[in-house]
Amino acid sequence: MFRLEARTSTPAWFNLALPLLAIGATLVLCSGLIALAGAGVFEAYGVMLSASFGDSYAITETLVRAAPMIFTGLAVAVAFRAKFWNIGAEGQLLAGAVASCFVGAIPMPGALAMLLMALAGAAAGAAVALVPATLRVKFKVDDVVSSLLLNSVIYYALMALIEGPWKDSFSGYPISPPIEDSANFPVLLEGTRLHLGVVAALIAAPLVWFLIVRTTLGFRIRVTGESPEAARYGGIHVERVLISTALLSGALAGLAGVGEVGGVHFQVMSDISPGYGYSGIVVAMLARLNPLGVVPAAIFLAAVMTGAEAMSRATGVPAFLSDVIQGTALLAMLVALLFTAYRIRRVGAAS
Amino acid sequence: MSAVFEQIFQVGFLAAIIRIATPLAFATLGEMFSERAGVLNLGIEGIMLLSAMTGFTAASLSGSLWLGILAAVLTGMLMGALHALFTVALGLSQHVCGIGVTLFSSGLAYFLYRLIFGQQSVPPSIKGFQTLPIPLLSDIPVLGPAVFNQFALVYMAIIAIPLAAFVLYRTPWGLSVRMVGENPRAADSAGVSVIATRFQAVILGGALMGLAGAFLTMAQFNAFTFGVVSGRGWVAIALVVFGRWDPWRSAGAALLFAFVDALQLRMQASGLGHIPYEAFLMLPFIFTIVAMAVMSRNAVAPSALLKPFRREER
Repeated sequence: MFRLEARTSTPAWFNLALPLLAIGATLVLCSGLIALAGAGVFEAYGVMLSASFGDSYAITETLVRAAPMIFTGLAVAVAFRAKFWNIGAEGQLLAGAVASCFVGAIPMPGALAMLLMALAGAAAGAAVALVPATLRVKFKVDDVVSSLLLNSVIYYALMALIEGPWKDSFSGYPISPPIEDSANFPVLLEGTRLHLGVVAALIAAPLVWFLIVRTTLGFRIRVTGESPEAARYGGIHVERVLISTALLSGALAGLAGVGEVGGVHFQVMSDISPGYGYSGIVVAMLARLNPLGVVPAAIFLAAVMTGAEAMSRATGVPAFLSDVIQGTALLAMLVALLFTAYRIRRVGAAS
Repeated sequence: MSAVFEQIFQVGFLAAIIRIATPLAFATLGEMFSERAGVLNLGIEGIMLLSAMTGFTAASLSGSLWLGILAAVLTGMLMGALHALFTVALGLSQHVCGIGVTLFSSGLAYFLYRLIFGQQSVPPSIKGFQTLPIPLLSDIPVLGPAVFNQFALVYMAIIAIPLAAFVLYRTPWGLSVRMVGENPRAADSAGVSVIATRFQAVILGGALMGLAGAFLTMAQFNAFTFGVVSGRGWVAIALVVFGRWDPWRSAGAALLFAFVDALQLRMQASGLGHIPYEAFLMLPFIFTIVAMAVMSRNAVAPSALLKPFRREER
């Protein structure tokens, strides 16, 4: 007989082993779908790997795609630490994109434009995240549902903008006017799309880690998440912490949108985010809500996304495999997390 | 203004409300059963999408709409069982598992649909359910054509509401569901299997979510598109709160939402053409958020909602 036994502490190597275990299980499970599509499993995964890490250009492309998911992953990690269930990173990202696009279209010196784009995008994301947080604190509205519903509101607002006032009157395409050339984020490596926003994302992760682990606000966020009663008893204003968390989380998600506008698309269109906000949840869980872990987790998902497109072209397996991989990875990681709370013990027949 | 008003409130308006409310009623009742047993199912959005896909595919390949319904219901039950496996048997976070089930089911729906139908410029469609007028009743003025000249699935939804109330409030199983949702430890002491009851409730909920998805692709749109569910699942979760976890009130909430949705559809079609139609699409979602804000203060969720049950732990 086996039984689950509560575990009091987890060894440090679990932080690395559990996500790898989850990812391994995911790739094994999803190989069934590749086989179903009539392609060779090793060939398909091989194409994915070489398309995402095969040469220096591929690596930069993967990093460019990882950047928004680093930001949304951080947004979700911060929120979930406080048990503020922000599922609205998608809407916050879109709001950040729209706001930065507004600012970026105003003629001004490039450096100033980029700074103001980032500020506007962060502010817009924070403002959107403030809605579910306020509704929860003031009206006891479940934050999951309100932040999810808000994603639809923001999406349709964006669509109304690009189908209405922003619509390209010349071509009739539902896209926003482009931002000023001077506001385009500088490319760091000639011949690639590796832009300043990617570096910003890579710097943001240790900054957020420092904030969570080493500052008073971070301490309050963690205590509020682990035990609101203890937090209250300890004199922490839980409602205020939730609002601060939401602002921080929303701002980070908004920055994801800023990077997409300033560094990749230079304008806003309906499919500016292929669900980066939802991917942020997968990223944050794979990272076990550790801001430093968000970076490799986001790079993994980015590799899956870039790789899946190449795999689809080479083998005909639908690129939607990457969506299945994301969902499976999230569920596999949750199961793997059981090992942090429990250990499996063999018990004798006598007991 | 009065011309706009008249155009909005035509006879067909009531029929449109009923049609929009039908998938929401199924989904809301499904989520309600799950939550009354103590399990929040955020997988609903993905379960509806996957069921919409499997139902459409089965109907398209077999030529039988009812086989499609069966496939959709079985899909819903299977995904409900998956969610229950994670949240009830393993006791994992209901929030994150639900999102995981939605991501997984949506991804699987897109993947399988593309695999089976390939990439086509015009999405394949089926001849969906036709309206089935009920003799005599459909001759009642106004109400008749709106309510009694509908798809068979609409009648099923109308029957499902009192049936759900009966099952929940008047049967031993319904009592067990309410007990494991309110006080699982007491239910356990009384000899009710908490795990089994929760599994059953989540699977029943999944079946109803499957019907909701099937309605979309087999009666409303007669085709599968990637945006076919577009937030209806999330709305259903809000409607359960708005309906205070009661079958009658939840169905009423679905009708109210359908009214707002039908209204914005009519506004799109009426003389307000210079406003992009997406602006109107926001309205039902804003309405739902506001409605939740109004109702949530006094809403009393099942006590054990979100709380996993482990017999050996206290």
